[in-house]
Amino acid sequence: MELSHLPGFLLRRVLKSVVVVLAIVVCNFLLIHAAPGDPATVMAGQSGAADPQYMEQLRRQFGLDQPLTTQLWIYLKGVLQLDLGYSHRQQAGVAGLIMDRLPATLLLTGAAFAIAVAGGVAMGALAARRVGTWADSVITVLALAFYATPLFWVGLMLVLLFSVTLEWLPAFGMSDPGLAATGIALWWDVAKHLVLPAVTLGLFYLAVYARLTRATMLEVADQDFVKTARAKGVPEGRVLRAHVLRNALLPVITFAGIQAGQLVGGSILVETVFAWPGIGRLAFEALLARDYQVLMGVFFVTSVVVVLFNLLTDLLYALVDPRVEVA
Amino acid sequence: MDLLRRFLRHPGAVVGAVALALVVALALLAPVLFPGSPWDMAGAPFAPPGEDGMLLGTDSLGRDIAAGIAYGARVSLLVGVVATAVSVVIGVTLGALAGYLGGVVDDLVMRFTEFFQTIPSFVLAILLVAIFTPSIASIVGAIAVVSWPPVARVVRAEFLSLRNREFVQAAEVLGKRPLAIVLTDILPNALSPIIVLASLNTASAILLESSLSFLGLGDPNLMSWGFLIGSGRSVIRLAWWMSVFPGIAIFVTVLALNLIGEGLSDAMNPRLRKRGSA
Repeated sequence: MELSHLPGFLLRRVLKSVVVVLAIVVCNFLLIHAAPGDPATVMAGQSGAADPQYMEQLRRQFGLDQPLTTQLWIYLKGVLQLDLGYSHRQQAGVAGLIMDRLPATLLLTGAAFAIAVAGGVAMGALAARRVGTWADSVITVLALAFYATPLFWVGLMLVLLFSVTLEWLPAFGMSDPGLAATGIALWWDVAKHLVLPAVTLGLFYLAVYARLTRATMLEVADQDFVKTARAKGVPEGRVLRAHVLRNALLPVITFAGIQAGQLVGGSILVETVFAWPGIGRLAFEALLARDYQVLMGVFFVTSVVVVLFNLLTDLLYALVDPRVEVA
Repeated sequence: MDLLRRFLRHPGAVVGAVALALVVALALLAPVLFPGSPWDMAGAPFAPPGEDGMLLGTDSLGRDIAAGIAYGARVSLLVGVVATAVSVVIGVTLGALAGYLGGVVDDLVMRFTEFFQTIPSFVLAILLVAIFTPSIASIVGAIAVVSWPPVARVVRAEFLSLRNREFVQAAEVLGKRPLAIVLTDILPNALSPIIVLASLNTASAILLESSLSFLGLGDPNLMSWGFLIGSGRSVIRLAWWMSVFPGIAIFVTVLALNLIGEGLSDAMNPRLRKRGSA
C-alpha cells in the first residue's frame, strides 16, 4: 500500500473500532435489562439485601422509570465520560478500580505474548525446516498437547512442580510483601513472580503460533520466488530466513490481533490461579461478590484494549506488507 | 466406508476415538461404578490415592475423587455436545443467510460475526453465566453464544462457492424454493467442514465449561471437572491428587476430540493430507 493511502485506511479502521466499542456498551446495557430481576438490583450488585435508599438513588441516576431509549442514552453518556459505575461493595468507582489493576495485567499478557510469539515462531520454523523428522514430530505433539490442556490446570501443575516441590519460584502474588524492596531489587522480585504466570498463559498461544508458523512456512516454501532464490544460489539458511520466514510471519501478525481477546480472557484464569493483582483477579473477586458493575467494567475495558491492539496490528500489517488491500 | 478406512489409517484419530469411547463409557457407567452420590462422604478427608480404598484419593470433605471424575464426565460431555449443537445451528443459519443472500445481508452478518470474534469471548461468557445465574442452561447458552462465529464463517464461505454452481442454478431454474435449495442442495455439500469444526468446537466447549466451573460458575447441583480442580486449588500443597486427576481427565477428552477432528479433516479432504495441518 502506498503511504498516501494510509490516512484513509486508518480513518476507516478507527471508525470501525468506535462502532465496536459502542456496540459493547449497548451489549452491557442490554445485559443489565435482560438479567432476571430489577435492573437496579443488578447494578447494586446484591440480590435482595440492598439498602432501599441506594436503590432509589440508582433508579433516579439511570432514569429507570423512563423509556428504554432514554435510559440507553443516559448510560451511554456516562460510559463516554469514562464513568463505569460505582461498586457499592468496594466503595469505589469502577473505572478507578480497573485502572489501578490494568498495569499488572498488561505486564502479564505482554510477557506471555512475547513468550508465545518468540517460542512459537522458533518452534514452528524448526518443525518446518525438519519436516517429517523426529524434531517435527516432537514439536507437533507438544503443540497438540498444550492446545488440549486447560490453562488453569497448567498453572497449578507448574506451582506444584516449581513452587511446592522444587521451591524455585514463588507461586502467589506479584511481589514479596515482606521484602519491601525498591529499585532493581523490586524489579527482580516482580520478575521472579512473573515467570510462572507468564509461562502458563504463554504456553497455549505458543502452541497456536508454532502450528501456524509451521503450516505457513511449508506453504510459502513451495512458491516460485523461493524456487528462484534457490535456483540463483542463495544459501539455504538465508532462503529460509529472508524469504520463507519473513513471508510466513504475516499470518502470525494477523493472528496476534485475533488472539488478543483470548489472551485477555485467559489472564482471568491465570491471575486467579497465581493471585496476580490484575483485572482478571479483580473480575474473579467481583464474580464471588456478584458485583456486576465491576464485571461489566472489566468486559468494557478489556474489549477496548483488544480493539486498540487490533488497530495496532492492522497498522503494522499495512506497513509490513505492501500488497495489503485498502479495504 | 471409504471415509471410515481413510479415518482408520490415521493413527492419532484412532487413538482419539478409543480414548473418547472410554470417557463416554465412564460417563454412562458412573452410577454403576459409583452407586452413591459423588457429593457424599465416602472416606476419610484428604486420603491420598490408594489409601482407604479410594483409587484416586478423597477431597477435603472425604468425597471420592474417582466418583467425581466419573460424574463430571457426564456434565462435560453433555455441555460439550449440546453447546456445540446450539452453536452449529446459530452458525449455520447466519452463515447460510450471508452466503446465500449476499449483498447487504452478507455485510451485516459478517460485521456481527466480526464483532463477536473481536470481543474477549471468555469475559463475555463469564458475564453471561454470572448475570443469568449459573445453571446448566446458562452455561450451555453462554458457550454457544461465544463459539458460533467460526461456524458462520466457514458455512458462508462454502455457500458463496456453492451457490453459483450448475446444480444450484438448475434447481433455481426448475422453480425450487430457496429454502428447499439451501436445505437439500447446498447444505449437504457443505457438511464435511461443518462436521470437522463441530468436533473441534466440542473440545473447546469442554475446555470452556471446565474454566467456568473452575471459577465457581458451574451448575451448583452438578459435579464437574472444573469444580474439582477449583476446590483443590487452595489445598494443592496438602493434596496434589485433588487437582491432578480431574485435569488429566479434561486433557484426555479434549485431546481425543482434537485428534478425531484432525482425522476427520484429513479423511474428508484426502487431497490436503500432510500439507499445512494447522
